[in-house]
Amino acid sequence: MSFDSSFLETFFGLYNDWIVVALMMCGFFIVIADGNLIKKVVGLTLFQTSVFILYISMAKILGASAPIAAEGIESYSNPLPHVLILTAIVVSISTTAVALALIIRIKKAYHTVEEDEIQRWDVRIHRSDKRAKVR
Amino acid sequence: MENWLMETFLWNNQQLPVLQIVVPLLAAPLCLLINHRWYNWLFTLAVSSFSFFVAALLLLQVSQEGAEPISYYLGGWLPPYGIEIRIDQLNAFVLMLITAMSTVVLLSAHTSLENKIEIAPDKNTYLYVAYLLCLAGLVGILLTGDAFNLFVFLEVSSLATYTLIALGRDRRALWATFQYLVMGTIGATFILIGIGLLYMKTGTLNMADLAQRLPELSESRTIFVAFCFFIVGVCLKIALFPLHFWLPNAYAYAPTVVTAFLAASATKVALYIVIRFVFFVFGVEFSFTIIPLEKVFVILGTLGIIIASLVAIKQQNIKRMLAYSSVAQIGYMVLGVSLSTAAGLMAGLLHLFNHALMKGALFLALGSILYRIGGVTLRHMQGVGKTMPFTMAAFLVGGLSIIGVPLTVGFVSKWYLLQAMLAEGWYVVSIIILIGSLLSVIYIWKIVEVAYFKPALPNNANVKESPLSLLIPIWILVAANIYFGIDTRLPVALTEQISIQLFQGVAIP
Amino acid sequence: MSVNTLMQLVLVLPLCLVPLILLLRNHPNLREGASILFGVLQFALVWQIFGHFENGESLTLTWFTIFPGLPVAFEVEPLGLIFALVASSLWPLTTLYAIGYMRSHNEQNQTRFYTFFAIAIFAVMGIAFAQNLMTLFIFYEVLTLSTFPLVTHAGTENAKKGGRIYLGILLTTSILFFLLAVIGTWVTAGTLDFKLNGIFASDSSNSTLGILLALFIFGIGKAAIMPFHKWLPSAMVAPTPVSSLLHAVAVVKAGVFTVIKVCVYTFGIERLGELPSTEFLAYLAGFTILASSIIALRQNNLKARLAYSTVSQLGYVTMGALLATPLGIIGSSMHITMHAFSKITLFFCAGAIMVAAHKKDVDQMQGLGKQMPLTFIAFAIASLGIIGLPPAGGTWSKWFLLMGTVESEYWILMVVLMLSSLLSIAYLLTIPLRAFFPKEKPQEELTLPAGKIDLAPTASLVALTLTAIACIFLFWYADAIYHLASKLV
Repeated sequence: MSFDSSFLETFFGLYNDWIVVALMMCGFFIVIADGNLIKKVVGLTLFQTSVFILYISMAKILGASAPIAAEGIESYSNPLPHVLILTAIVVSISTTAVALALIIRIKKAYHTVEEDEIQRWDVRIHRSDKRAKVR
Repeated sequence: MENWLMETFLWNNQQLPVLQIVVPLLAAPLCLLINHRWYNWLFTLAVSSFSFFVAALLLLQVSQEGAEPISYYLGGWLPPYGIEIRIDQLNAFVLMLITAMSTVVLLSAHTSLENKIEIAPDKNTYLYVAYLLCLAGLVGILLTGDAFNLFVFLEVSSLATYTLIALGRDRRALWATFQYLVMGTIGATFILIGIGLLYMKTGTLNMADLAQRLPELSESRTIFVAFCFFIVGVCLKIALFPLHFWLPNAYAYAPTVVTAFLAASATKVALYIVIRFVFFVFGVEFSFTIIPLEKVFVILGTLGIIIASLVAIKQQNIKRMLAYSSVAQIGYMVLGVSLSTAAGLMAGLLHLFNHALMKGALFLALGSILYRIGGVTLRHMQGVGKTMPFTMAAFLVGGLSIIGVPLTVGFVSKWYLLQAMLAEGWYVVSIIILIGSLLSVIYIWKIVEVAYFKPALPNNANVKESPLSLLIPIWILVAANIYFGIDTRLPVALTEQISIQLFQGVAIP
Repeated sequence: MSVNTLMQLVLVLPLCLVPLILLLRNHPNLREGASILFGVLQFALVWQIFGHFENGESLTLTWFTIFPGLPVAFEVEPLGLIFALVASSLWPLTTLYAIGYMRSHNEQNQTRFYTFFAIAIFAVMGIAFAQNLMTLFIFYEVLTLSTFPLVTHAGTENAKKGGRIYLGILLTTSILFFLLAVIGTWVTAGTLDFKLNGIFASDSSNSTLGILLALFIFGIGKAAIMPFHKWLPSAMVAPTPVSSLLHAVAVVKAGVFTVIKVCVYTFGIERLGELPSTEFLAYLAGFTILASSIIALRQNNLKARLAYSTVSQLGYVTMGALLATPLGIIGSSMHITMHAFSKITLFFCAGAIMVAAHKKDVDQMQGLGKQMPLTFIAFAIASLGIIGLPPAGGTWSKWFLLMGTVESEYWILMVVLMLSSLLSIAYLLTIPLRAFFPKEKPQEELTLPAGKIDLAPTASLVALTLTAIACIFLFWYADAIYHLASKLV
């Protein structure tokens, strides 16, 4: 076995990044591929959360303690990203809330939360628009 | 007594920057409490006028000879730890533009929102609340000197925008909003990734600080990735082709007042972010030599101009048509930026200013046609030239401005853009710009022909000219279109100074 | 009156007429009276300016500055003066003619007609006295847009189609090529002022200037060089007064005027001769002359025939300018005047025939000379002017153009000029000949009311007689125009 150990080290050493990338792609894929609006929102949240993890994991310094001043501790993890992410979480929650509220109204207006059905409805309206062309 | 007054004024003078954000932000919930159509409108108008007034003061302050940028430390925390509000000519200029546009648009809001086709009667309050929040967010983006803070304000304005668009009466507004929400959130998250990576590498979020530290790191792959994420995210927000899919529907189905406001401000602020980061934070050197931003922007800008204009020609709904035209016009601004010369940047900034004026006028005119006739498809426009001569004349001037006919602002921006292009020897791109303006002749003239040559539909034959409360704001903007097309000193001097500043003193030939 | 006020007045007088027309919209007599009065005043003012200019005074005026270093400014120079004199003298005459025409034709929207007419004249004055290329470009566009409502005056499907082609070609060429050329000149030369002998530095490359010249010639779509000539026949859907003043005089002359102006004042004659594209463009103009003469021969509709004849005659002017010799430039400048008077007479006649006898096609006009003798005599005189035979003024300009081709040794173009003159005999002079000496009897005889010598409306008749007399007058007094034109070289 002659694995390049440095390669493995980098590969696994960056495991947090890999997790972030995997989560992000999952979220992105759901947003694009799934027709159900609720699931799209779930995907969107997943997508955002992955970025939060990116921030949080980047704040961690190996061997450092939580940023609470105490005696005998020399190095602290960086607290700032956590604070940033707190804000970002608030933003994300608001976005989700707006999105869900929108979905409720879409459901009321279209009686469905499936993308393709909504578009079918709209195509019909669009056609009637076209028929109303200038004569 | 006098002393006291003086002191208060001075104190206020120092607090002006933060008031710009705080006032609309606090006014929004107040609006919810007032909950009265007439008072709400008056209140919102007052707040917006205040913002405009302050913006003008700030612009005066920073554009004086040898004036330093204004720095304001929120809560007294010094940068780079605290959040800094930093006002230089660039953001003061855009700030004045969008607060002015917001005020003018608001002038017509009260009458325009009487229309039940535009918005449900009981939703008026929400519109004003969201409008103020959106304004606060946009102003915040412009003023802040902190990258993360910028993201937060971006989301504040975006969330408010989603609400504004969803208030449209057509149910397609909902679907358009949802699409915009998904795209917008992805864009914002990209921006967040970019900012995170920047922080990871430099340890600072303050833009001025970033600008100082980044040149040493220009070889770093992380910075490269950060730049890409950031730019892609913002390009979603400015609706640069091909990331523009959310825009036409959102503009078409939102209440017209909202469309006019967004067209004149939201994309402009997003473009400000591009300029701020490309030229100030990352620096011209990094953005254009290490990263081939020039090629990307040129290709996307020209494609955007041609394709969006072609699509605009095919539209029956005029709001949608103008929305596509906006996508094309954004192409012009991006082309100006892509030149990576001071003259190009100046042309881009000028067009940013001028385009706000023309699209504002056009959308407001459309709003007034919608108010009287109840629809804005080409069919509805029949005979408008006869029944609503003043509105249609305003529309015509706005249209001529889009085409770039001399004595309108459109000509001024085209002139500077072409001049900058030819100076760099970009002949092909210049011709594409001109072809784009020819395409705009086609879609504008389609409307003009229908409005002036077709007889009005029987239902609309007795339509009256729109009320003064709609005509006045329209004609303010039309007058601005003509005035700044003739007396270009103010915008030209400002944009020239800004460009020279961003290019660190390289004079424009 | 101070010179400055005079300049201001010359430019804004037509604009002052606009509110007056709108005010008097319910009193047709007063409205048209005001139009004629202002027309006469306008001519008097231009004549005054002519007097001042002859005294050697320099007449300049600056309005406002759009771009740093690029004001909207005006300056009187010989070529512009010729153009302004022609346009302003024909304006009141056309108005007189229009009264007869529009009323007997029962046209709608006459107020709109007179309003945009005045705006178009305003634009023409701006073009004539422009001090720099940008000013000229601005008024050039104003002229295009203000004549659009005149072209589509009838509002019919046909008029709309014509208007679309008109606007399409004129805007396309002006935006795509002309504007590019103007900005290119600005970037290359650093100035747009009109200066005798040109503005380009001697070290700017000939190939760049050659491209610019081509952009100018194609961009000035109003000069109707093939393949951008199609708008002129399309514009014939307009009422005849519009066709006569705008599409025989103001608009097309604005085009060729701009061509000469650019050749003389932007490039300079000497530089022009050195450019690689000049020869090609001159031959293209020659081709335009010949091709449109042949097309004119095949048109049965009188106005269409006149339109193609105009295209051909505009080719003369463009070609003359591109010969880059003093005689060519003089010939071109004179041809602007000579052709204007002849062509406007022809259009006046065409309109009179249409209104009085309801005939639009050439083959229906056989034997009409009995009922409309004056009209057809005027037609014959004007035809001589176009062909270039005495006793009409066209003789001189054609002579100088011919000398120009000889001087510059463009032998092919010399042959083209001769051939085209022969062709114009065929397509123009045959019409009055057949009117007086019909080959076959006309199917229906129109009767002339007792006490009248001509069927045409009286106002129109007066106008067309005056212009026809002017054609002959110009033959004897061409000296003054030659004198002005010779200052160009």
